[in-house]
Amino acid sequence: MLKIKNLDVYYGKLYTLKKVSLHLNKGEIVALIGSNGAGKTTLLNTISGLIKPASGIISLEGKDLTKLTPEKIVREGIAQVPEGRHVFKTLSVEENILLGAYSRYSLKTKREIKENIEKIYELFPKLKERKKQLAGTLSGGEQQMLAIGRALMSKPKLLLLDEPSMGLAPNIIKEVFSYIVDLKRVFALTVLLVEQNAKNALKISDRGYVLETGRVILEGSAEDLLMNRDVQRAYLGRDLDAEVRI
Amino acid sequence: MTLFLQFLFAGLTTGSVYALVGIGFNIIYNSTSIINLAQGEFVVLGGLMMWFFLESLQLPFSVSLCLTLLTAAIIGLAQERLTIKPLLKKGDLLLMIMVTIAFSILIRGILMFKFGKDPYTYSPFTEGEPIEIFGAIITQQTLWVIGITVFCIVLLYLFFNKTMTGRAMKACSLDVKAARLMGINVSKVVMLSFLISAVIGAIGGIAITPISLMEYDKGAMLSVKGFCAAILGGLGKSRGAVVGGFTLGMLESLTAGYIHSGFKDAIALLIMLFILFVKPAGIFGKTEILRLRKF
Ligand SMILES: Nc1ncnc2c1ncn2[C@@H]1O[C@H](COP(=O)(O)OP(=O)(O)OP(=O)(O)O)[C@@H](O)[C@H]1O
Ligand SMILES: [Mg+2]
Repeated sequence: MLKIKNLDVYYGKLYTLKKVSLHLNKGEIVALIGSNGAGKTTLLNTISGLIKPASGIISLEGKDLTKLTPEKIVREGIAQVPEGRHVFKTLSVEENILLGAYSRYSLKTKREIKENIEKIYELFPKLKERKKQLAGTLSGGEQQMLAIGRALMSKPKLLLLDEPSMGLAPNIIKEVFSYIVDLKRVFALTVLLVEQNAKNALKISDRGYVLETGRVILEGSAEDLLMNRDVQRAYLGRDLDAEVRI
Repeated sequence: MTLFLQFLFAGLTTGSVYALVGIGFNIIYNSTSIINLAQGEFVVLGGLMMWFFLESLQLPFSVSLCLTLLTAAIIGLAQERLTIKPLLKKGDLLLMIMVTIAFSILIRGILMFKFGKDPYTYSPFTEGEPIEIFGAIITQQTLWVIGITVFCIVLLYLFFNKTMTGRAMKACSLDVKAARLMGINVSKVVMLSFLISAVIGAIGGIAITPISLMEYDKGAMLSVKGFCAAILGGLGKSRGAVVGGFTLGMLESLTAGYIHSGFKDAIALLIMLFILFVKPAGIFGKTEILRLRKF
């Protein structure tokens, strides 16, 4: 469904993504893991059109996206939940959700959008309770739900999630991840999940890629990656050397 | 008491225009962080063009009104497309603000060329006896000015809070990245903000000209006063510009009335210095937010 081939991205002279290739099949959850500064956010922003690649191909269902503006890419069916959530802090929860539907808002879709909002509220009852509250006053977990709910309002086929677990307590992280699985099913989504929390991410994913300093160094099924010694050492916090010694 | 009321109404009238200019500053500041120092020129443009259509071409009032607003809208658009858009990518705010000064000088030059240095005026919107409240005299045009200002404020409130386009503009001012991810075209928002600011400036000019006359070079002072209104209330805060504008107008008029009219223009500058030293974020603004902005 999404195909990325030999993507090169620069920040000025800084070579940030180096010949990155990956693909997502319809209905998959694919995890993209890697440490700080690996280029994960850069990759998502390039898919969303916020950054233009120097070369390479990004195509969604056969359509080239590299020349499109972010506005057009949203309308092609790609929504991103950005790192750090980026909710509109001084707008109400409801306004935030409504703005998610901006790309498909018209007099004709008005009623449909109302129904969509109700659907989001059904999935996230906490948001409904707080719909008049300012988004900036929500807890981190609630803001993450809001950011996800808002992204879903554009009716995406592909959802890009950038570190949804960042800054959340372990039990809330579990909740967010279980939501991702539910949402994928309910909305028939394909999901690209960027995470540093590799273990939890791989557990709910079908496949995964490991990005290091701008290159894809490993790819495979989620189980294989979870078992991989390098992945375990670098991202799952298991000290294999110590285990061997004992 | 009567005298005091009289000064108060005079203050509300000029304050209305300051408020409209201040709102214009805010709308553009919110979408771009630019201070558009050509804001006052649109007030002058409104007054002079209205005179041109109404008195010089003898067109009916409603036609003149529409044509004046259209002219202001086109010039506002031209300012954004020709002088701001090409610079916005570079993101050099100081440069863009200087360009707005250049644009204001250009407009002033054209207006002087076309209208000369004479003051212009036309008859009030409605003929009729002034109204007396506790001995203070209020002309009908004063009521028009205040009424139109209130109407604009309500309309803008509805626009920003009840329409999707207005919400999108707010979203842009809060978080450009998230706004783009929602599919909002930031460039269009910037264009729209210049257009709206130009039109509400012109509305102020159209309304005030029958009371206070309009000359080609009034724009710079109006920009300063409107900017003062905006920072008094807190730059970027919509209700701030309204409160700031009316406060400034009344302080000016009371100073002119009780002290000396020569001090009137100094008030805005004094307030500005005071605010910048004591509470740079203004009455409604938060200092922390101000620090996070580039300007
Ligand atoms: N706007 C920018 N301008 C210049 N360099 C940047 C910019 N954004 C990111 N970089 C650099 O590009 C590299 C990749 O950054 P990116 O944010 O994509 O990493 P990441 O994998 O998302 O990291 P994290 O897990 O910390 O979010 C880093 O070295 C970073 O310093
Ligand atoms: Mg990142």
